Amino acid sequence: MSDLLRRILFLPEAASSLAPRVDRLHFFIIITTFIVGAGIGLTGLTFLVRYRRGRVDGPAPAMSAPRWMEAAFAGVPLSFFLLWGALGFEDYVWARTPPREAMDVYVTGKQWMWKFAYPDGPGMVGVLHVPTGTPVRLLLTSRDVIHSFYVPAFRVKMDALPGRYTEVWFEAVRPGRYRVLCAEYCGLDHSRMRAEVVVLEPEAFETWRARQLSEPTWVTSEGAAEEEVLGPLAREGRVVAARQGCLQCHTLDGTPHIGPTWLGLYGREEPLASGGSVRADVAYLTESMMDPLAKVVAGYAPVMPSYHGRLSAADVGALIEFIKSLHPERPEPPPVQEPDYGPLPR
Amino acid sequence: MAPSHDEGAPLGPSYLDAERGLWSWLTTHDHKRIGVMFLAVLLLMFLLGGVFALALRVELLTPGETVMGRLAYNRAFTVHGVVMVWLFLIPSIPASFGNFLLPLMLGARDVAFPRLNLASFYLYVLGAVMTLWGIFQGGVDTGWTFYTPYSTATGRDLLPVLVGVFVVGFSTILTGINFITTVHTMRAPGITWMKVPLFVWALYGTSIIQVLATPVLGMVLVLVALERVAGAGLFDPARGGDPLLYQHLFWFYSHPAVYIMVLPGMGVISETVCAFSRKRPFSYRVIVWSTVGIAFVGFLTWGHHMFVSGQSTFGAGAFSLLSMLVAIFTAMKIFTWLGTLYRGSLWVSTPFAYVLGFIFLLFFGGMSGVAVAVTSADLHWHDTYFVVAHFHFIMVGASLMAFLAALHYWFPKMWGRRYPEGMGIGTAVLIIFGFIATFLPQFLLGNQGMPRRYADYPESFQPLHVASTAGASLLGFGFVIVAIYLGWSLRYGSVAGRNPWGSEGYEWLSDSPPPEFNFHAPPIFPRPPHEYGPPRADGEVDHAA
Repeated sequence: MSDLLRRILFLPEAASSLAPRVDRLHFFIIITTFIVGAGIGLTGLTFLVRYRRGRVDGPAPAMSAPRWMEAAFAGVPLSFFLLWGALGFEDYVWARTPPREAMDVYVTGKQWMWKFAYPDGPGMVGVLHVPTGTPVRLLLTSRDVIHSFYVPAFRVKMDALPGRYTEVWFEAVRPGRYRVLCAEYCGLDHSRMRAEVVVLEPEAFETWRARQLSEPTWVTSEGAAEEEVLGPLAREGRVVAARQGCLQCHTLDGTPHIGPTWLGLYGREEPLASGGSVRADVAYLTESMMDPLAKVVAGYAPVMPSYHGRLSAADVGALIEFIKSLHPERPEPPPVQEPDYGPLPR
Repeated sequence: MAPSHDEGAPLGPSYLDAERGLWSWLTTHDHKRIGVMFLAVLLLMFLLGGVFALALRVELLTPGETVMGRLAYNRAFTVHGVVMVWLFLIPSIPASFGNFLLPLMLGARDVAFPRLNLASFYLYVLGAVMTLWGIFQGGVDTGWTFYTPYSTATGRDLLPVLVGVFVVGFSTILTGINFITTVHTMRAPGITWMKVPLFVWALYGTSIIQVLATPVLGMVLVLVALERVAGAGLFDPARGGDPLLYQHLFWFYSHPAVYIMVLPGMGVISETVCAFSRKRPFSYRVIVWSTVGIAFVGFLTWGHHMFVSGQSTFGAGAFSLLSMLVAIFTAMKIFTWLGTLYRGSLWVSTPFAYVLGFIFLLFFGGMSGVAVAVTSADLHWHDTYFVVAHFHFIMVGASLMAFLAALHYWFPKMWGRRYPEGMGIGTAVLIIFGFIATFLPQFLLGNQGMPRRYADYPESFQPLHVASTAGASLLGFGFVIVAIYLGWSLRYGSVAGRNPWGSEGYEWLSDSPPPEFNFHAPPIFPRPPHEYGPPRADGEVDHAA
């Protein structure tokens, strides 16, 4: 029954413990609205047919509402509205009160991406992994303007504000991939500020997490094999990148972030914001470290500070060697595209 | 008692003919001429906002870029919102029909402060020009709500728009003060408070909101300007400010502002329902007190715009409860209008078609408003197309339907001519149908999770967007037809006579179009307004009540 209603009303699947509660009230509100709306529409139409001028002879009798009817005009809708309000507030209090044992995740909104971080380390951009059956409390904040974290399938939404933390919690009930949208207008790419929640069975989640913890967050591929691939200079470059904060803006896994990803960057032809393009060779990479705004890659904000005087020649060489080493394992990372919302294959 | 001369031949020149020439219009103190000038500018604004609405709908026809990029889209919805809300809906009915009719309905020669009235027109034009200039030269992309910190951080210069809206706000306040004073001091002998026409009551309630709430808007606009120009740090957390403070201040004005847009519409409906049912209102008292109730409780509900903004849980509950109260008053009005139809003598005319559309659409707009005021449901609906559909039902379905009803109902009064009735009814049906086809899919889009203000969207949302755009083109087509036949009727319409609807509203006791000072003889109104006797065979009214 409620699945049918969900379909008729175009509601997305109900994938959190909150969703059925919200939907139940939704159905109640919609059904009462439609019954009363049909009543009003039919009454109006009936009057229109019955009392049409020329159809009924004689004058329209002067009539005034008796006092009890005036009271009913106010009382009947009021009692319905108060009932809705009370039921809704009960669910709202529940939805705003995270259980004590909830798992924490820090969420940062930023023009125009969602960043997720777990208290014990691993963090990522654009993808949030959570287990089923576990309450997850999100602590939200924003680095710039107001964003709003919205997962339609969970019926969960909360603003992320600069300079303060807000919280919201949910408990996913089914493994799958669910769309995260930004619901508060935040500028140019507001409509592209998307992410996804990947819900895993608890065991799968633990496996994933263990792997995340055992590896530095920015190493992309499986196992230690890559560790040996890196030469000593490239390894040094990795340390420099971490120390200088390069990885706060550049990812190593193909995800575009504040700056272009480093994965497969070396030798790539990059389109420039000013038109034209440039090959990311040693000269360009060095120039970009020293004078970042000279040739900005199209699609990125000119926000990188200059590292002139902050990087020694050896650091620069090491960094470039590290960037060179970051070839995609597979031919090409899949382009950023609409996530697939079916359940994950087991 | 009607003014003591025969119907038909007017005794003197009408307000249209009393003086001639452009200059006489631009310097007039006549409330009727000022109302007409307002109407002309407002229609221009409506056209501008409407063109941008259609552009937005075309862009949303397909996901990705259809006809404009994301920046252009963000600017376009800002133009649409700013023009429709600040420059059309808020001044619409009070400034045009209110100005024209309020003194007529009270038996007054003019409003209390005629020069101030003209000043408010020029302030409006000045503000509108500044706003539009700001929007088009700077390319503002904040949306009509100017939320901080986006509006203080964005690189585009917002200042001319803030100042423009500020100036328009002054025009609103002056009109409100003028109306309140007029109602208090200039009622003709015999018009006691409980004999004030319902449209005037609605304008009175609106004026109170305008005078009390608009200064808050002015203040918040000044604060945003200070933040931008001087870095005041009121809303910037890095300087100890609060990003939510803006939303509280903004909605403290902008929620009541919804009633600035809707209440006058409700007044129009109260008038027309009685006129076309030939019945007195089912309960005059309920309509009056619910108007006053809306004007009062409307101030206490602003927090329902902020259920997911990080305000306290208890606060959200309180605002939810208060919002339920304001909905009651609307429900009472709807029941009363239906009761007025009961056993009436219903004349299916163009205004009446809009009245029926209005009642039906206002019901769904109001109920969806209650629905989003339910705290838990708002977790899903907030900032989605459900909200977009809801407020368009209220602002377009109610305000605009009422505006169209008023445009048709008082057309003979204002111009002394009639428009083709069959054309009018047909177009009304087209417009109501187009409206439903445009905005009903948007409710479902909101359910599906489509957030508002999206230039681009995931493909799964497309079918409903296509339906909505199709509806919007019907709606746009409808408006074009209205413009054509009303424009034609201005010149070639048949002569209306004093009271073509056989209405008992006080304003019809004057000539159509009215003479310069409204009445040739001091009017006396001993009967209550909307007091209908039996219809006469010739369709004219028996005034000897």
